Amino acid sequence: MAVTIIKNGYVFDPLNGIDAEVQDVFIKDGKVVVGLTGAEARDAKVIDASGKTVMPGGVDSHSHVAGSKVNAGRLMCPEDHYRSVRRKTDITHSGSGYTVPSVYKQGYDYAAMGYTTVFEAAMPPLEARHTHEEMRSTPILDMGAYMVFGNNWFVMRYLKEGDLGKAAAYVAWMMRTHKAYGIKCVNPAGVENWGWAKNVQSLDEANIHFEITPREIIRGLAEVNEMLGLPMSLHLHANNLGHPGNWEVARDSLIIPSGLDPKSKAELEWAQTKESARRRQTIYLAHAQFSAYGGTSWRDFCSGASGLADYINSVDNVVIDSGSVPFGPATTMTGDGPAQHDLYMLTGQKWSNCDVELECGSGILSLVYSKSSPVHSVQWAIGLEVLLLIKDPWKTIMTTDHPNGGIFTQYPQVITWLMSKKARDDTAKESHKWAYDRSSLGGVDRELSLYEIAVLTRANPARTIGMAHRKGHLGIGADGDVTVYDLDPTRLNVNDPEALRQKFAHPEYTVKDGQIVARRGEVVAVPEGRRYYCRPYVDEALEKEALADVKEWFKYYTVGFSNYPVPDKYLKNPVPIPVNKPLEAVARR
Amino acid sequence: MAKIVLKPKGEIGITVEAEVIRPEMLAAKKRDEIERLQVWQGSEELPLGDFFDVETTGEGSSDETTIVIDGDVPRVKYIGKGMKSGRIEIRGSAGMHLGAEMSGGSISVHGDVLSWAGMEMKGGLLQIQGDAGDHVGSAYRGSWRGMTGGQILIEGNAQSQVGGGMAGGQIVVGGSVENFCAIRQNGGLILIRGNAVRGLGAEMTGGTVAIMGSIRQFLPGFVEVGREESLKLGDLQIEGSFVKFSGDFAIHRTPKGLLYWREG
Repeated sequence: MAVTIIKNGYVFDPLNGIDAEVQDVFIKDGKVVVGLTGAEARDAKVIDASGKTVMPGGVDSHSHVAGSKVNAGRLMCPEDHYRSVRRKTDITHSGSGYTVPSVYKQGYDYAAMGYTTVFEAAMPPLEARHTHEEMRSTPILDMGAYMVFGNNWFVMRYLKEGDLGKAAAYVAWMMRTHKAYGIKCVNPAGVENWGWAKNVQSLDEANIHFEITPREIIRGLAEVNEMLGLPMSLHLHANNLGHPGNWEVARDSLIIPSGLDPKSKAELEWAQTKESARRRQTIYLAHAQFSAYGGTSWRDFCSGASGLADYINSVDNVVIDSGSVPFGPATTMTGDGPAQHDLYMLTGQKWSNCDVELECGSGILSLVYSKSSPVHSVQWAIGLEVLLLIKDPWKTIMTTDHPNGGIFTQYPQVITWLMSKKARDDTAKESHKWAYDRSSLGGVDRELSLYEIAVLTRANPARTIGMAHRKGHLGIGADGDVTVYDLDPTRLNVNDPEALRQKFAHPEYTVKDGQIVARRGEVVAVPEGRRYYCRPYVDEALEKEALADVKEWFKYYTVGFSNYPVPDKYLKNPVPIPVNKPLEAVARR
Repeated sequence: MAKIVLKPKGEIGITVEAEVIRPEMLAAKKRDEIERLQVWQGSEELPLGDFFDVETTGEGSSDETTIVIDGDVPRVKYIGKGMKSGRIEIRGSAGMHLGAEMSGGSISVHGDVLSWAGMEMKGGLLQIQGDAGDHVGSAYRGSWRGMTGGQILIEGNAQSQVGGGMAGGQIVVGGSVENFCAIRQNGGLILIRGNAVRGLGAEMTGGTVAIMGSIRQFLPGFVEVGREESLKLGDLQIEGSFVKFSGDFAIHRTPKGLLYWREG
């Protein structure tokens, strides 16, 4: 019986309202328990966390870590690999890659940084096999993937016909078939137009052939999401992403699902939490930084973050992740083909592009965010503004949209900027003057506490994607995922940013399911992670109708229908989550 | 002053990765210390002494140190990689990646060199009396940023992609080049005294390339912008009548690359 005690640490567990209380954390058979028997305690592995910070294991709710576009990013950039090499050890594989690491290196680097759960943000249905293959090969991490639906021919057709039931039936079948966790919507209506070298410019511009608008798709998918009762809300990559002046489109997109109730009909066992572990939002905006631009061109480019933040401060149904820009090399990769092409025309950097048949598209571009660039400096500022101007930390999640705005290994740097005004001022001094001149960041005095950092990096990402039944907190029954940082909260000095960054970069311990997996940046154990996906159900007759349509249009696909689903063997340690399951189906099982 | 002579012991099969052969690594070391330095050969790490007889005379810091390789070493890669000071003299031919990423000091080669000589070089001097392979002074795979400083002088011919992605410094080829010389060049100067085959200056956005011989297939993305008599490029004075082109318009709306071609 594996028993671990994390003793005497300052515990930060926001979902249980615990703020720097000195407590012991007991983990038995991988789960947090209330206490141990005398015999158990004697045999326990004890981690002395005296004078140290203890948080739940890190949760990344939006990262690009598996699938064909990720791998294309690796193939496009050999220079990213020969300059960043990891040697094998007795227990770990070798690996390479800085902005897009190989699968093994990804798993090790996340774990060494205190993260134990990472969700892939965009899985095209046709690339689901590839995505699952990479997740299967990623060590240590618990994972899942959101499926891209915003330009799917069947979804657009059903929503145009006003047939929400069939749309839901199709989405449910697709999620079960491809083992997807949530619904992602990327530049709705626009990516379909990209097949004709076009985009859509506003929420009410209908696209070619399907004649459906972004507004109709966002509303439709948000309703489908709540009809099915998925653990996570609709996850939106807004229209006009990456263009000056786009913040209003982002705000208007967030208004669209107003009035919907967040309903999770997932069958789950809930670990104990003091605060509600259920999501409040009906829309989760991805990488807000890329959608919070002011101005009308790159010449008068400025931050639009305050307008977006004002709206989000006024409502309760929105969560954002930041997509912060910590400077340095990046590889942008999204399902937003036209946005990537615009970026290519702007920068002339290495670019590739892909059309995913009836489903979506994608583009990849390699670039370096530089402090001397006026635009990049403003992007840096916006990526922090969106986290600092939105008052309620439960509406925000810290990400870099890895590897788009920056690399996940730069999270400690982003955390440092959030916690230290001095760190921001120091960086602003080294950056182009637009950083503070064209944003409000210079006037922001807010410095996030360790408690708020725990919300932004664990509790809220877990709650937002519906994983807080077991992740993002240390309540009884939660997964025994814990990070111990060598930070004494009573002697915290945020005016030494580099020391702070180092502490977040190399936690003392990363514990996964009660087992120490990393120690001061060294991987010391390599367990296999789990793969979460949803199995939503709808009325069988409706699903049959939708499936008949799928089979009819399958002549437009380049693969055979029987080769379309992802077989079970593609997943290691799968954890299916039944959603909206009729009682009789449960009984039959 | 110090002199370290490395005499090849014989033919080498699988190539040896010998980035340890640079003044910073060898200076102030005793003979047996040098022999014990580890180099990779395939999947094995072996002592340098397995491949070279070592002799040392005199003493000095790295900038006072001359390393002499007394013989042909075409199967030894990365000689002088990243060197900052001192001198390397190769009395024969050298393998791939000679002087890659060097930022100071000098290397002279009496014979030929294989590909990637002076790759992503930042400073210093690389002199080659014989011929060079592909990718002289260029960026490595995937990267678009080649040589940024220093000087490469080749008395013989060089093969393809000389100065690929070059951003600074100077390359002079006494003989001819093959394909795609100056591809993606965005700074610095390349002078070719002989001929080029095709693709000269492809995707060039800055810097200067001058050629005194013929170009078999001239790129369509270059536009004639004038003529100049007797060219002065940096410290080089070149006599003759030159046609001046600007390009490559195939890749950029306002490219700043200059291509000079000597008439006749």
